Amino acid sequence: MDLIRITDVQKTYKTGTVALYDVDLTISKGEFVFIIGASGSGKSTLIKMLYREEKPDKGSIMIGGINVAKLKDRKVYILRRKLGVVFQDFKLLPRLTVYENVAFAMEVFGYDKKKIHHRVMEVLELVGLKGKVRQYPNQLSGGEQQRVVIARAIVNNPKLLICDEPTGNLDPDTSMGIMKVLDDINKMGTTIVMTTHNRDIVNTMKKRVVVLNEGKIIQDYERGKYYEVL
Amino acid sequence: MKFFRVIKRYFRDAGKSVIRNFALSLASISCITITLIAVASSIVLSYNVEQMTKHVSSNISIVVFVDSEVDEVQLEQIKNNIQRLDNIDSITFKSKKEYAEETKDLDDRFSLIVDSWTDETNPLLDSYEVKVKDINLIKDTADKIKKIDNVKSVNFGEEYIESLITILGIIEKICIGSVIALILVTAFLIANTIKLAIFSRKNEIEIMRLVGASNMSIKVPFLIEGSFIGFLGSIIPIIVMVYGYNSFYNFLGGKLFSSSLGKLIEPYPFLLWSSGLLLLIGLLVGMFGSYRAVKKYLKI
Repeated sequence: MDLIRITDVQKTYKTGTVALYDVDLTISKGEFVFIIGASGSGKSTLIKMLYREEKPDKGSIMIGGINVAKLKDRKVYILRRKLGVVFQDFKLLPRLTVYENVAFAMEVFGYDKKKIHHRVMEVLELVGLKGKVRQYPNQLSGGEQQRVVIARAIVNNPKLLICDEPTGNLDPDTSMGIMKVLDDINKMGTTIVMTTHNRDIVNTMKKRVVVLNEGKIIQDYERGKYYEVL
Repeated sequence: MKFFRVIKRYFRDAGKSVIRNFALSLASISCITITLIAVASSIVLSYNVEQMTKHVSSNISIVVFVDSEVDEVQLEQIKNNIQRLDNIDSITFKSKKEYAEETKDLDDRFSLIVDSWTDETNPLLDSYEVKVKDINLIKDTADKIKKIDNVKSVNFGEEYIESLITILGIIEKICIGSVIALILVTAFLIANTIKLAIFSRKNEIEIMRLVGASNMSIKVPFLIEGSFIGFLGSIIPIIVMVYGYNSFYNFLGGKLFSSSLGKLIEPYPFLLWSSGLLLLIGLLVGMFGSYRAVKKYLKI
């Protein structure tokens, strides 16, 4: 069953740069998809459209029954509640502990403390940070910080996890650790769409690979490897 | 329950933000305190002025003296002619005989003279005492009455009343003008405080948006924060007004001048509703200031 259906999407920035051109892409529930391409290929724009940070000029983006392209600004939260987002630069709140950073995403919705505690501990265990709940982000390594971000992104049980270069700032070993966590989450049924520049990760994971070049999808491998031309 | 938890969170966030930007919050609170002290003074002043104006108005009438030769039919005609004018509230007849009696009561020496008068020799004049609806138009009404046949003269102490009303009017206008100006300045300062609060919580807001917090749940804490600043800023002015006015009233014994014209408003219930009004102004100015900032700087 399709979770994401992108049809005929086009995006040109005000500067005149064409970011995406005639993009069609379908992603099924439970899939793990890498979106790869050189800098400026449009992968960041595409992924930003999935969580409605950008809007296409043309075409439609359906995610779990929501037409993201036509979603009004004040309704964006409806989409965001169905997905989690992980960034290269973490975006953690420095004044909150690991526990509080993750709990924050649940507190926004007014869950009771007991439920929050139970779920936060569950996801922190999943990402391997149960022993660091009281630490602050600046006391953690890059990989650990990214694990906190992943925990925060999945704490509300999203159907879709969007990862924008999550290993971009991490060394190869740490990156593989993060990929292991993401793979576990995917195995639990969460669909994952991830952009990356990391050749080793793509080659090791052997997942579906969508290749973008100059705003167009030029390849879509079912169990791909990093496209050697890039 | 979930609803109350969310509301509790809104208030907690607002309180935290006031503390986090304490210096700026304090500046806003001080500004709103000063403004509201000015507002309180203006309320006290303008309400007392209004009371005095009303008092003056209700005691002012045009005395219309009629010619000495008029008969009863003509007297009635004059009354009808006056009644036909706009701005007439009431007309009371006062005969020359009543004047004579009043004069007698003034001093014993007058009574001998007045007693010697008969209806024919009484040199005083019959009159009508006319009360007007709008005191500002009293001169115009008096001029119109003067033109009626058989009216000898009209008297209403025009210079005294006109200047008094003008002065009271000016005082009231100055009060209202300065209060509006101060309120605008304060709203602007609060908007600035909230703007900085928004900037300092930029990351938090971004994450809230990402995890799917609704626009309302992001905006409401800032509105509460503004109202909270307004609330804190209104406490001192209320205390100053309640204690200040009570002491002022007691010190002067309830009168500004030793005449009935300068009678001050009794402290209660005046202070109760004006305290409520100050609190309301504080809350609204705070909310308005933060609403402006949220609308301008919180693009979501």
